[in-house]
Amino acid sequence: MTIRRRDFLTLAGAATLSGSLPRLARGADNAGVYDLDRFGNARILHITDTHAQLRPVFFREPSVNLGVGPMRGNPPHLVGRAFLDRFGIRPDSADAYAFTCIEFEKAAGRFGKLGGFAHLKTLIDRMRSEAGSGRSLLLDGGDLWQGTGLANTMRGADMVEAANLLGIEAMTGHWEFTYGEKALRANLERFKGEFLAQNVFLTEEAAFNDAKAFDPASGRVFKPSVIKEIGGRRVAVIGQAFPYVPIAHPKRFTPDWKFGIRDEELQKLVDTHRNDDKVDAVILLSHNGMDVDLKLASRVTGIDVILGGHTHDAVPQPIPVTNPAGVTLVTNAGSNGKFLAVLDLDIGKGKVSNVRYRLLPVFSELLKPDPAMQALIDKTREPHAAGLDEKTGVADRLLYRRGNFSGSMDQLICDALLGDLNAEIALSPGFRWGTTALAGQPLTMEDVLAQTAVTYPETYVQTMTGGQIKDVLEDICDNLFNTDPYYQQGGDMVRVGGLSYTCSPAESVGKRISDVKLDNGHTLEAGKRYKVAGWASVNEQTGAPIWDVVARHLRSGKPPNRAPPGVTLKGVEDNPGIAGQG
Amino acid sequence: MTDVKYSATRRLILQGAGAVALVGLGNLPFGLTPALAAANDKYPEEAFKQKSDTDVIKTLYGKTAEPSDKVKMDAPEIAENGAVVPISVSTTLADVTSVAFLVSENPNVLIAKYNIPAGTLPSVANRIKMAKTSNVTVLVEAGGKLYSASKEVKVTVGGCGG
Repeated sequence: MTIRRRDFLTLAGAATLSGSLPRLARGADNAGVYDLDRFGNARILHITDTHAQLRPVFFREPSVNLGVGPMRGNPPHLVGRAFLDRFGIRPDSADAYAFTCIEFEKAAGRFGKLGGFAHLKTLIDRMRSEAGSGRSLLLDGGDLWQGTGLANTMRGADMVEAANLLGIEAMTGHWEFTYGEKALRANLERFKGEFLAQNVFLTEEAAFNDAKAFDPASGRVFKPSVIKEIGGRRVAVIGQAFPYVPIAHPKRFTPDWKFGIRDEELQKLVDTHRNDDKVDAVILLSHNGMDVDLKLASRVTGIDVILGGHTHDAVPQPIPVTNPAGVTLVTNAGSNGKFLAVLDLDIGKGKVSNVRYRLLPVFSELLKPDPAMQALIDKTREPHAAGLDEKTGVADRLLYRRGNFSGSMDQLICDALLGDLNAEIALSPGFRWGTTALAGQPLTMEDVLAQTAVTYPETYVQTMTGGQIKDVLEDICDNLFNTDPYYQQGGDMVRVGGLSYTCSPAESVGKRISDVKLDNGHTLEAGKRYKVAGWASVNEQTGAPIWDVVARHLRSGKPPNRAPPGVTLKGVEDNPGIAGQG
Repeated sequence: MTDVKYSATRRLILQGAGAVALVGLGNLPFGLTPALAAANDKYPEEAFKQKSDTDVIKTLYGKTAEPSDKVKMDAPEIAENGAVVPISVSTTLADVTSVAFLVSENPNVLIAKYNIPAGTLPSVANRIKMAKTSNVTVLVEAGGKLYSASKEVKVTVGGCGG
C-alpha cells in the first residue's frame, strides 16, 4: 500500500472508514483505534518526556536497547521483531511503526508524524469526557519543559502555558531542574497543577541558611504528594523526580538541593497515605527510569501503579512486580509526545480491584488539532519563527539519535565537532531525546536545536590522555549497563567521533571497553595525549554553543561522512535488545 | 533511617567536631560528659594505616564482623560529590560501644571510629571523601560482638540524562 494515509482519510472521512474499504493494517488505520471500552471508576492519563515537542514529530524507536544481567530479554530491553512478538503487535501495522524501528522510513511515509500538543489535547479531552466528570486525572512525568530551541530560549515558560491549557494536574521533574531554581520557581508560580517530588531535599548548608523549602522540618524542597478524589475514591499521587540531577547535569544549577532514589522515605510516605490518610489507591509518578522502577517496585510496598518515564521506553503493557506485600504494576510511556497512557482503575474501598492500561500512539493525522492549543503554539512560536525556520542544510540520510551506542544524528554532531574544532576525537552525550529527520528533509535551526537545546551547550576542546578517555568510556558504560539498576542513570552511551572501540556490555566496569582505535588505525595509547572536542560538560565551559557549531557545519555543505559508527559489540549476539546497528 | 529531625542537628555537630570526634546525642544521662568517655581510648594509629578492610578490622577489633540487618546504613548509590559523601548509620542493636566507617578503595581504608558512651543513641552521620567507586562498610561493636553493613557507592565522572 503506497497511498498516503492523510489523502486516504481525507477521501474517506476518518469517522466513516469501514470494513468495505481496504484496511491498511490492524490498529490505528482509523480513528476507531481510540474507541476504548468503558472500564472502572477512575481514569488516569499519563504523558511523560514530551521534551517540549509542541508540534508533531518523527521519532524512531531504538534498534539497540540492551539489557544485561537480570534485565536481559525483559521489557523494556526488547527491540524490533522481539518487541512485536512479546507484545503481540502485528508486523507492518501502525502500532509496529509507533513502537519499533522496523522499516522506519517506509512506515513514516505511510503513517505520518506522531504527537503534537494540539493533537494530544484533542485526544486527552476525548478520554476525559468519555470517563465522565470528576473521574479522570492528567499527570505528566517530567521532561516537559526541555528539548526544543523555543523551550530553551523561554526557559520552559512556553511549556507551562501549554501544560495549563492541556490541563496537567500534577507533574514531577528532571530537565526542569537544569533551568536553575529561580526559573523553575517562576515557572511553577504560573503552573496551575502541582509539582511533586518526594526525593528532593535541602543540603545541610542550605537548610542551615533557611533556604526555601516546602517542609523545613524534613528539608523537603517540594510537596511530595497530593491526594485527589477521582470517581468518588481517594488516590494518592506521589512524585519521584529524576534521582541523579546533580550528577548527570552541572551541579551549579541545583547547588542547594540533593536528590537520590530514597526508597525508605518513599515507603514512609506510602505508609502514611495508606494508614493515616486511608487512601484507596497509591500511584507513583516517577522519573526514575524503567529499570530503577522495576527494582523499586520489588522493594517498596503499597504502591498500586508506577507511572514511569525517563528512559523513553514505550512499553505497551504494564509489568507486574511482586513485592512482600503484593503486586505493583510498572509502566513507561515513551517520549516526545508520541504516546498517551490511559490507566483505567476499578477502585474499591482501600483497594484497586482491577486495572486496564493502554499506551495509545498519538497519530497526528488521525486527530484534529485542538484550535485553542494550536493558536497558543502558533502565538508562542511566532516571535522566534524566523530564527527557527532558517534552513541550515538537508538530511542526507535518515537522521536519528536513539540507540544505546550511536545514531546517525550524533555522528553528524561528532563530525561537526571534529571538523569545526579541529580535534582528533569528539565526544557527544548519549541523550535519549532528539527527534528524527527523514532523508531529503530540510534541516532547520529548529531541527538542530531539537538535538542540542540544553542550558549548558558550550563546546570545549581539551587534551586528554588515552587512559582518561578510556576511563570516561568505562564510566559512562557502567551508568548504562551496571547490573544493579540503582547504579544506572538512564542515558545512552557517549557518542564518539574519530574513534572506534569494542564494547562487552555484560562485563563489569573497567572490563567493558577494549580495542580503542583512532580513525587512522592507531591504537589509543594510555599515556599519550589527544585533542578532544565535546559539549554538554558538567564542568563550566566557554566555547561556542553546540548548535552554532552544527549549523555552521551544515551550512558549509561539507560532504557527509557515511562511515559506519565504530562500535563493535561482544557477548550480546543473541540478545533480543539488538536488531541492527545503532 | 533515623528521624530526619535529628540528622540535621547531628551533622552540624560533626562538622564542627571533626571526623574522629565523639558523638553524643539523644538519651544522654545528665551528668555524664562525652569528653570523659572519649578519653578512655587512645588514638588507633595503627588501624588508620591499614590498606584493607580485613587488616583494619583485625587491628581495630581483633575479631571478625558478622553482617547484620540491624545495622542500618544510609548512603547514596551514586555520590553527588565524591569529596563529601554523606554516610550515616543507626542501629537497633543493644549495648553499642563503637561505630567505624571503612572505604575499601581509599588509600587508607579506615575513615573514622566513634566510641559510643553507654546510654547514647547509636546514630552517627558523617561525610566521607572518596577518590573513586568503592565498597563502604560500617562496623558496629555491640555487646562485645562486631556487626557490619556494606554498600557500594559509585563515584562517577557524570553521565547523561534521558
